[in-house]
Amino acid sequence: MSSSIAITLKQCGRTFASGHTALEPIDLRVEAGETLVLLGPSGCGKTTTLRLIGGLETPDPGGRVWFGERDVTALPIEKRDVGMVFQNYALFPNMNVTDNIAYGLRIRRLSAGEVRRRVDEVMEMVGLHDFARRGVDELSGGQKQRVALARAIAVRPKVLLFDEPLSALDAKLRDRLRLEIGTLLRRLGTTAVYVTHDQAEAMALGDRVAVMERGRIAQIGSPREIYHQPHSAFVADFIGSVNRIAIGGTRDGWLEVDGGRLFCPRLHGADHAYCRPEDIEVGDPASAPISGRVVQSFFLGQSQRLLVDTGGDAPLQVEAPARRQWRRGEAIGLSVASDALFHPHHPLTFGQAAAHG
Amino acid sequence: MKRRGLFYCQLGFTVLVCLFMIVPVVMSVLAGLTENYFIGLSSGLTLRWVEEVWRLYSDTIRLSIQLALACLVLTLLLGVPAAYALMKSSRRWANAIEEALLLPVAVPGLATALALLLAYGHHRDFRDSWLFILVGHVLFTLPFMVRPVLSVMRASDMQRLEEAAASLGAGFRQRFLGIVIPNCVSGILAGALMVVTLSVGEFNITWMLHTPLNKTLPVGLADSYASMRLEIGSAYTLLFLLMIVPLLITLQWLGSLVTRRH
Amino acid sequence: MSLTSHHEARSLSGAAADVTTKAARRRSYLGTLRRQPAVLLALVPALTFFCAFWLLPFTRLVAMGMQPDKNSGMIAYWAVVAQPQYLYSLLWTLLVSIGVSLLAVATAGVAGFFLARNRFRGKAMLVAMLTFPLAFPGVVVGFLVIMLGGRQGALAQFSMLLFGERWMFAYSLAGLFVGYLYFSIPRVITTVMAACEKLDVSLEEAARSLGAGTWRVTRDVIVPALSPALISTGAICFATSMGAFGTAFTLGTRMSVLPLSIYSEFTNYANFTMAAALSVTLGVITWIALSFARRLAGGSLGASA
Repeated sequence: MSSSIAITLKQCGRTFASGHTALEPIDLRVEAGETLVLLGPSGCGKTTTLRLIGGLETPDPGGRVWFGERDVTALPIEKRDVGMVFQNYALFPNMNVTDNIAYGLRIRRLSAGEVRRRVDEVMEMVGLHDFARRGVDELSGGQKQRVALARAIAVRPKVLLFDEPLSALDAKLRDRLRLEIGTLLRRLGTTAVYVTHDQAEAMALGDRVAVMERGRIAQIGSPREIYHQPHSAFVADFIGSVNRIAIGGTRDGWLEVDGGRLFCPRLHGADHAYCRPEDIEVGDPASAPISGRVVQSFFLGQSQRLLVDTGGDAPLQVEAPARRQWRRGEAIGLSVASDALFHPHHPLTFGQAAAHG
Repeated sequence: MKRRGLFYCQLGFTVLVCLFMIVPVVMSVLAGLTENYFIGLSSGLTLRWVEEVWRLYSDTIRLSIQLALACLVLTLLLGVPAAYALMKSSRRWANAIEEALLLPVAVPGLATALALLLAYGHHRDFRDSWLFILVGHVLFTLPFMVRPVLSVMRASDMQRLEEAAASLGAGFRQRFLGIVIPNCVSGILAGALMVVTLSVGEFNITWMLHTPLNKTLPVGLADSYASMRLEIGSAYTLLFLLMIVPLLITLQWLGSLVTRRH
Repeated sequence: MSLTSHHEARSLSGAAADVTTKAARRRSYLGTLRRQPAVLLALVPALTFFCAFWLLPFTRLVAMGMQPDKNSGMIAYWAVVAQPQYLYSLLWTLLVSIGVSLLAVATAGVAGFFLARNRFRGKAMLVAMLTFPLAFPGVVVGFLVIMLGGRQGALAQFSMLLFGERWMFAYSLAGLFVGYLYFSIPRVITTVMAACEKLDVSLEEAARSLGAGTWRVTRDVIVPALSPALISTGAICFATSMGAFGTAFTLGTRMSVLPLSIYSEFTNYANFTMAAALSVTLGVITWIALSFARRLAGGSLGASA
């Protein structure tokens, strides 16, 4: 496999002719061999970033893109030696599976024997060896995306780019292909950039995740950092669910909250804090630090989601074990561990988060 | 650098093609307005030829408009219900019938006209009236009404809409007038403009079916090209363009409106 | 309309509406939606008109072509291929039409693709000028060719100025060719532009990401994706050129293309059998070409000029 290279973006912004700014000037570095996931809602600039890296878009003046030591800003995509996987597969309908996969190899004028060897190799890798002669219209969505993947990796690109490759597939297939892509990326060790709006995909595939919001990078870090130490309410809310807890006042490390109080000296002076539903523990209403009443419960199979009214503006979302049943209006006790509470301006140190995770 | 070069090459080529299309039209318009085309523009501009054409050929313009409107009414009456029935029937049948209705378009107008002449030419009254030409025009334009109406009906999933209306208690007439027609207005409009445009310009069938007393605009045009001086033919062409271009512009505008909506 | 009355009667009598008749009425509404034959009545007027004025006359025309030609005594259809004057007319028309279609697809294909893919000032104007001659009848096109290449045409004036002699092409094979090209170009351009809009851009991006340059992308992705549209619009141009009577008539060309042959058999020689056989032959050819085009593109109808 080709030795991997790092990607560096310096002050890369993109404003379209219509005047719409899809991407504010950003700096970004993808380390050699790393998989970086760009995550965000539609219109956040993640696809534009990917297309800038690939060479399908040119950055506004001043922006530069490096592949390793080489400035590739002026190179069009066909000269950048990248492999790209598209959301709608983009398989050439006038070619069968083999010809699609061999296309990039033939462009590179490899010998027929070498082309065949490499095609066989990647088809084996993605589990397609039985489909060599099929037309692309005879394939299912999952098979099509495997062909697209094989076509992209067959040329042994320096960089692999994924533009929401799984979003056209159904949930079950998505889970399976996600695992396969993850395994493949680890095995190839190629530098990869992966765009998605699905947080589960981002968590599972990314060595690092960049959460984007309105043309900016809101936060970049390992999936664990992003999940447990979100830098903003937007990031916290976009990745998983969060409860916003209003703090009435603080005294001796205790926070006055609706329905009781919580101990967390770190958040002294804050007027609100966040915590995730699965970090709220359910306990005896008589002894727990917060008490409330169950408003609604949703059975999810492996767990259940409770909505608990503690007297605040919005009920708290609580993830509780699946076995125990609560009736509507039943009293319930809640507690939150000190390190599970967070606030963007009062961050945990990384050690604390890791210990918690 | 290379890209710019390619761009200008293609632009130059396209402009050349465009000149080929537009130069003769401009020349014809100018010829219709100059005093003496043989001498050139220096002989002065005049409306004399247009007036001459109006004096000689205003009947043909009147008949063409009359034909176009009658043709429109008939294609509406025949075509819209037909499109509705085709929408309701199975795809296979609908395709077969549509294919059949297309035959008068697929086969050259000369053949259609010949068939009509040989079958009905001996009914003198019918043959000598403008209705004979009307029949040819309706045959030729009917598919252009059916097709857009049918495709709009299919695109708006009329079957579902009607079932929804029926589930709310609407009877057939209420459904047809209240749901079906309003929801395919854009198709009807596009079809209507197309029918009028085609009818005004139809020559191949009309030339065979016309009589000295029933001449349409294109028949008159062919007449003037063959027997009148160039300026008169040009002025006549100018009048024809004035009639047809507004129709075309509306048609194009409507087309862009519909594509934007979908 | 006849199915309306049935419902009207129902809803009037339904004034004494008890629960059961209401339910029955509801059932009958939904029933008609499913019961196709009643709705098919709406087809009757159109089909009657079509059968009376096209199908029957045309069937008679087909039958007429079976009769012996009054000059040669052969079955007229056989005479189309056996008599040199008809055969040459047929072959010439085929040849000219094929040539025009190929040239029109090539030139207008390039122009149409260019227009669909680029944005620049004045583009809308250019598109409008290239497409509005679409609705010109054949006679007008013939006249425009005369404006270009006739005795007082653009070319003649130009060559008079430079070389002191009048060049013209309008009344020869070249004039016919130019005329057919003139009405074919707008058709091809509109079709190609529409097809370009439906092209999947990610296919081109995928090819480029694999290293394909402009030329390879055009060859491997764009042309294959456009080819159904190109072939179908070519077939439409072919059919239109085959049947183009107005243009040839106006140019008064000495080339006896098929429509002119039919016309002169009918009017000059009153040879109805031969005229019938020739027009049925022509009709079959254009019908095949247009069905083929529709099967490929499923789109436009293709009016004859």
